[in-house]
Amino acid sequence: MFDSLSQKLQRIFDKLKRKAKLTEKDIDLVLKEIRVALLEADVNYKVVRVFISRVKEKALGKEVMESFTPAQQIIKIVRDELVYLLGETSKGIIIKEPYPFLILMVGLQGSGKTTTCGKLANFLKKEKGKRPLLVGLDVKRPAASRQLAIIAEKIGVSYVIDESGNATPVELLGKALKKAEKEGYDVVIGDTAGRLQIDEDMMSELEEMERKYKPREILLVIDAMIGQEAVNVAKTFNERLGITGFILTKMDGDARGGAALSIREITGKPIKLIGTGEKLEDLEFFYPDRIASRILGMGDVLTLIEKIEKTQDKKKQQQVANKLVKNQFNFEDFLDQLHELKRMGPIENLLSMVPGLSPGTNIPQVDEKELAKIEAIINSMTKEERRHPEIINASRRKRIARGSGTEISDVNRLIGQFKKMKKMMKRFKRMKNIKTGISNFLPF
Amino acid sequence: MNIFKGWMKNIKDGLKSVFRGKTELGEEEIEEIEEILFQSDLGTQMVISIMDKVRDGVKKGEIKTYEDLEKLVKEDFLRILGEKKTLELKDGLNVILVIGVNGTGKTTFIAKLSKRLKKQGKKVLIAAADTFRAAGVKQMVVWAERLNIPVVAQQEGADPSSVVFDAISSAKARGIDVLIVDTAGRLHTKKNLMEELKKIKRVIMKNAPSAHLEVLLTLDATTGQNALIQAKNFHENLGVTGLVINKLDSTSRGGHIITIKNELNIPIIFIGTGETEDDLEEFNPEKFVEELFKS
Repeated sequence: MFDSLSQKLQRIFDKLKRKAKLTEKDIDLVLKEIRVALLEADVNYKVVRVFISRVKEKALGKEVMESFTPAQQIIKIVRDELVYLLGETSKGIIIKEPYPFLILMVGLQGSGKTTTCGKLANFLKKEKGKRPLLVGLDVKRPAASRQLAIIAEKIGVSYVIDESGNATPVELLGKALKKAEKEGYDVVIGDTAGRLQIDEDMMSELEEMERKYKPREILLVIDAMIGQEAVNVAKTFNERLGITGFILTKMDGDARGGAALSIREITGKPIKLIGTGEKLEDLEFFYPDRIASRILGMGDVLTLIEKIEKTQDKKKQQQVANKLVKNQFNFEDFLDQLHELKRMGPIENLLSMVPGLSPGTNIPQVDEKELAKIEAIINSMTKEERRHPEIINASRRKRIARGSGTEISDVNRLIGQFKKMKKMMKRFKRMKNIKTGISNFLPF
Repeated sequence: MNIFKGWMKNIKDGLKSVFRGKTELGEEEIEEIEEILFQSDLGTQMVISIMDKVRDGVKKGEIKTYEDLEKLVKEDFLRILGEKKTLELKDGLNVILVIGVNGTGKTTFIAKLSKRLKKQGKKVLIAAADTFRAAGVKQMVVWAERLNIPVVAQQEGADPSSVVFDAISSAKARGIDVLIVDTAGRLHTKKNLMEELKKIKRVIMKNAPSAHLEVLLTLDATTGQNALIQAKNFHENLGVTGLVINKLDSTSRGGHIITIKNELNIPIIFIGTGETEDDLEEFNPEKFVEELFKS
C-alpha cells in the first residue's frame, strides 16, 4: 500500500551519499519521511512533533561516523532516541511480599483484559512458581466471568466469580482477597469490566477499588492497533488510578504499534508485557529496540534471531551459516531448515519480523499447505539432486513432480525461488549496518 | 509537559486556533492543520490529499478564514462519505454475516441489531458461531435470552460452519426473516482463520442460495491506521457489504471511516454508541461530519 520507510529512505540516502557532514536541509529531508512514518504508525501527532525536534537537535552538525552514510547516521539517532523513549526492557511483573499481591487489569472494552489475565496467571504459575487467584470483576458483559472461569480451568488456576449475580465488583474483590489470605494464594489478579475513560460511574468504581484495596499493580491493557485516542485513554486512566504500567495486546497483528511511544511519553509508565497471540502462552516481555524497529517499519530482526536461537541447534546453525557464507546452501539444508521452521510456530509471525517485510506493508501470505508441498517436492529429489540443484533438468523435474504428486510448474517455482533466495543471501551479506550475525541465523 | 495541555481539543477549536486572527497562513500554520487532521485518525493518504487542497487554496487566496477551511474540509468529507445507506433487507430469508477483529464488538452489535429488527416486526434467529473464544457462545446465548430471540448454538470448539449449517436449516423451517451469524474475532493477518470465514460464507451460499446475504464488518472507532488494513483484508477475502463502527461514544473521532470509504467504497451502515442494547444508530454522513466539527 505505502512504500515502506526503508524504501523511501533509501532514495534519500542515495542522494546524500558521501557527505561528510549533515546540513540542516539534509536532516529535514530525512526527518520529513520519519515524521510521516511515525504518524502512519499511529504515534500521537504531538509526540511526533516533540520527537522530531529532539532528533533534529541531536543530528545537527554531527560528524558522520566513518562506518555510516549520513542518512544512516540520522536513522541511528532516530532509532536510539526511540529506544530511549520507549524505556527499559521489561522484566514482567515482580511479585513481592506481603501476599496476597493484588494486580488489577483495566482498560477499554475489547482490548483483551480477560485473555491477558489468563496469560499472566499462567506465566506467574509456570515461570515464577506462584499460586495465583483470578477474580472475575466484570459483572456487566454477558458471560464475562464464564469466559474467565473457562480460561482459569484450562491453565489450572483457581478463580472467584459471582455466582449469585448481585455482588458488586468492589465486594467481589474484597471476598477474593479474604479467600487468598486464608488459603495462601500469593497473587490475586482482578479482571475488571471494559470501560471508556469518559464513563464517570465506571471510572469511580475503579477508584473505589484502588482506594479500598491498594493494588500493587494496576495494568492498563491497550490494543496495539489503537490510534490517536491512545493518549486520552492512557492519560485519564493514569490520572485517576495511578497505573503502574501497560500491557500491549494483539501485537501478532500487523499494526505498527506507535501507540507504545505515545502512552509511554504521556505517562512515563513502562510497558511491561505484550500479548502476541490467542494462546495462553502468548505473552512476552517488552523490548524497546524491537518495537522501535517495528514502529519505523524496519522489521523485528532481534525477535526473529532470538526465536531461531531458541529452537535451533547451535551446531547445525553454524554449519548452515558456513554454507550460506560460502554459498553452498543446497536443498538438503533447505529441508532441514524447513523442519526447524515448523518448530518455531506460525510462519507468518516469523515473516513479519524480517526487515523489508514490515507489518502493514507487504507481509507475504504463507500457506502452511504450500510448505507441505515444498517438503514433498524436496523429498522426491535424489540425494544428488538435493546437493547439486543445478543438475535438475527437464526430465528430472518431470520425475520429481510425479513423485511428489505436484505439477511441474510447482517444481519449477520452487527451484526458481531457491535460486532467488541464494542471490538474496549474497545481498544480505553485503548489507552493512544490519544487526550482527543476521545472515548467520536466517533460516531461509 | 505543557505540550499536552488542551489535549481534548476538537477539530474546530484546533483549526480555529491556527488562524489566531491571521488571514494568511504560512508553512507553520499549514503543518498545524495537518496535525489536527492526523489527530482524527484520518489515514496518511487522506491527510496528504486534503493538505494538497488546503495548500492550493491558501496559495490562490481562497482560504482566508477558519470558515473557508472548514467548508473545504467538510465538503471533501461529505463527497467521500456519499449518501446515507441503510441495511438492505429483502423478502424471504436474509443472512447477515458479522465479522471482525477480536474485541471490535461483534456480539454486542448483534444483540443491538436483533433487538432493532425484532422491533420492526422481523423474525430474527441468531447463529452463535463464535465457538473459539472461551464462553463466546455463552455470551451470545445470554444476550439472545435477554432479548427473547431464538439462537442456534453448539458446544464450544464445534466447527462454526456446522453451526451455520444448522442455523440455516432451522431458519428455513421456522420461516425466519433474518438470520444473524456471530463469528469469532480474528486478526486479518491469520490466513487460516480467514479461510474459516470463507468456508462459512460458502456454506451460506450453498445452503441458502436464494437468501439475501450481507457481510458486515465491525471496526473499533479507537483503532488507528490499521483499520484500513483490516477493512482491506476482510473485504478482499469476503466481500464486505457494509461497515459497523463501534465505540463511537468515546472521544476518538473515527476518522478512518472516511479513509476506508474513500479507498474501498464500502458504505458505513451502523454506529455503536454504547453498551446497552439500544445504543445503535444508523450512520448519517452529514451528522457524522457535523459531529467532527462540533465545538
